Amino acid sequence: MLLAAILLVPVCTSLVVLVSPFRRWAGWLTMLAMAATLALAAAAVQATLGSGAVSGAAGWLVCDGLGALIVVLVAFVAFTAAVYSNGYLRRRASHAQNDDGGSYYPLFNIFVASMLAVPLMANVALLWVALELTTLLSAFLVGFESTPEALEAAWKYAILTTLGAIIALLGVLILYWGTRIAGEQAFTWNELIAAAPAMPPTLVWPAFLLILIGFGTKVGLVPMHTWLPDAHSQAPSPICALLSGVEVSTALYVILRLFAVLSRVPGSEAGPWFIVFGVLSVGVATILMVQVRDYKRMFAFSTVEHMGIILLAVGLGSVDARFAAAYQITAHALAKSFCFFAAGLIVLALGEQRIAAVRGLGRRSPVAAVSFLAGALAITGMPPSAVFASELLILKAGLARGQYLVVGFLALFIVIGFAAIMRHATRMTFGKEVDMAEAPVGRLWSAGAAPASCLTALVITAIPLVVFGLCMPAGLAGLLNLAGTAMGR
Amino acid sequence: MPSTSLLLSIEALAAGVFLLTALGTVAARQLLTCFHLFVWQSLLLSASAALLGLALSSPHLLAVAAITLATKTMLIPWLLRKTVHDEVYRIREIDQVLNIPTSLLLALALAGVGYVFFVEMLGGMAVPAYALVNLPIGVAVLLLGAFTLTVRREAVAQLLALLVAENGVFFAGIAIVPNLPAIAELAAAVDVPVYTLVVGLLTRRIHSELGTTMVGRLTALRED
Repeated sequence: MLLAAILLVPVCTSLVVLVSPFRRWAGWLTMLAMAATLALAAAAVQATLGSGAVSGAAGWLVCDGLGALIVVLVAFVAFTAAVYSNGYLRRRASHAQNDDGGSYYPLFNIFVASMLAVPLMANVALLWVALELTTLLSAFLVGFESTPEALEAAWKYAILTTLGAIIALLGVLILYWGTRIAGEQAFTWNELIAAAPAMPPTLVWPAFLLILIGFGTKVGLVPMHTWLPDAHSQAPSPICALLSGVEVSTALYVILRLFAVLSRVPGSEAGPWFIVFGVLSVGVATILMVQVRDYKRMFAFSTVEHMGIILLAVGLGSVDARFAAAYQITAHALAKSFCFFAAGLIVLALGEQRIAAVRGLGRRSPVAAVSFLAGALAITGMPPSAVFASELLILKAGLARGQYLVVGFLALFIVIGFAAIMRHATRMTFGKEVDMAEAPVGRLWSAGAAPASCLTALVITAIPLVVFGLCMPAGLAGLLNLAGTAMGR
Repeated sequence: MPSTSLLLSIEALAAGVFLLTALGTVAARQLLTCFHLFVWQSLLLSASAALLGLALSSPHLLAVAAITLATKTMLIPWLLRKTVHDEVYRIREIDQVLNIPTSLLLALALAGVGYVFFVEMLGGMAVPAYALVNLPIGVAVLLLGAFTLTVRREAVAQLLALLVAENGVFFAGIAIVPNLPAIAELAAAVDVPVYTLVVGLLTRRIHSELGTTMVGRLTALRED
C-alpha cells in the first residue's frame, strides 16, 4: 500500500492540476504533493531499514536498500524543485510573451512519478517501460522554453535516449531468456540473481553489454554522452536539478544492479567494464569542462564526471567501495541540484547563460554569486560538502583494493575538474564587468531580486548536503549499507 | 491445420523479407517510401508472431501479433499523419549525411557483422531453429535502424528509423521469450505509440517554431 501510494500521489496530482479550477493553484498543489511523496518515501526507507526489503501491490512493487535510496533522493529533489519552480515560473510568467506555462506542472508531476517507478518496479520488463517513460514525459520539459536551442536539445534527448532504451530492451529480453533457460519463472532482480549461476555465460555477456551501452546512453557515459550537456543546459533550472540530480541516477541504478547478477555467472565479472567506462567518462568530462562557455553546461559535464565516479566505485568490487558509491549517489544528488538552483538564480538575475557575459556577479547579484560559489565548491568536493567525504571514501577503497593506477587517474581528473569549475566560477563572481552593450541581449528574461521560494529551496538542499558531509547519521549509514549490499550480494 | 514445420518455414521466409524491408528503408530516397516500408515491416512482424504463435501454440504470441497489428500498422501511421504536417511527407529527397550507395554499403557491412556475431554466439547452444533465425535478423535490423538514424537529417525519417530498430528488437523477442507476462506486452504496446506521439508533437513544434524539420542541421549546441 505504501509503495503504491508513493506512485499514486504524483500521478493523481498530475491529473488534478490539468483541470481548470485547480490550475491556478498548480504550483502550491505540486509542492504539497511532493511534500507528501517525500514523507511516504521516508516511511518506505524506515520500513526497509527495519526488514531489509518491503513489497507492495501484490508483489508488483518492491523496495530494497538501493531502491529505497533512489526513491528518497528522487522524492527529496522533486520536493525542492517544486518549491523552486514556484518562484521561478512566476518570474518567468511575468516576462514571457507567449506564456504556455500550463503544461509545466502536469508534466512535472508525471515525470516525477515515472522516476519513482523505476526503483520500485519488481518486474525488469516493466522497469524498462518506466525508464523509457522518464524520457518521454520529460522531453517537453527540456524543450519548455521553445527557443531553437531548447528544441534542438529536446530532440537529441528524446531520439538518442530512446535509441539507447531500444538497444537495452534487447539486452533485457536476452536476460529474460537466460532466466527461463536457468529454470526460473518470474523476471525480478531476485530471480535473476538466483538464476545467474545456471545462466549460459554466452547469453549474459551480450545482454550485459547491450544494457550497459543502451542505458549508459541515458546515464551519459562517454562516448554516448553527447545529448546530455545540451538537454541539461537548456531545460528550465528546476528541471535541470531533476534531470542531473536524480534522473541519470535512476538509469545508472539499472546498470549497478547488473553487477550482482554478473558476479554470480561463472567466469564473468562486470568490474573491469565499469572501471573502463568510469575512468573514460571522468576523464573526458573534466577535460571538456575546461573549455565550456555556458555555466549550466559546465554543471552538466560535471554530471557525466560524477556518473563515471560512481560506476568506477562499484567496479572496484569491495564492500567499502559499494558503500562509498551509494554515498556518492546521495552527495551528488544533493550537490548537483543545489548547483542548478544556484545557476537558475543567475538566469533570473541576468537572463544570460554564457560564462563570458557573467562578470562581477558579486556586485550585480550577491545572493546568486554566493550560492553559485558555494555550489561550485560543493560539487568539486570541498569540505564540508558531502561530496568531499564520499570521494575520499572511494579513493580509500580503491587504494585498499590495490588499484593504484585507477586511483591515480581518478584523483588527477578530480583535480582537473576542480580547477576548471573554480576558474570559471571565480571569473564569473569577481571578474571585471564587461560592457553589456557589446554582448547580445539576454535571450530569456531578467529582472530583480531572487524569489523567496528559490532561496528556500537552496537552504533546504544545503542542510543535508553539509550535515551528511560533517557526520554520518545512523539512519543514513544503515541505508547506504543496505544499498551497497543490494549492489553486491 | 498446417504442420508445425510448414509454419516455421513460412516464418523463416517472412524473416528474410523483414530484413529486406529494413534494407529498403536505408536505400529509400523518399520519405513516403520509408513510411510505407515501415508499415509493411510491421505487418511482417505481426505475421511472424502469429506464425510462431500457431506453431508453438502460444496464446502470448497471438496476443503480440494482434497488438502489433493494431498499434504499428494502424495507430502509429495514423498518429504520424495527424501530428506531422503534410508538407513533410511530400519531401522527395531525404537529406542525408552520406550518399545512399555509400550508406547502403556501410549498413550492409554493419548488419552482416551483427548477424554473424550472434549466429556464432548461438552456435554452441542448444537453441530452437526459429530463435537461430529471428535473433540474428532482429539484431541486424536493430543495427540498420540505428545506422539510418545517424545518417538522416530529417526528423520524421529519424523517427521511422527508430521504429524500424524497435521492430528488430521485437522480432528477436518473439522468438527468444515467447512467454513474457501479459502486462509487459501491454505496457510495451502503450509505450511505442506514446513515443511516436511525443516525438511527432516535438517535430510539429520544431516545424512551427523553426520552419524546418531538418533536425540534423540544428547545430547551435556543440563543443567549440
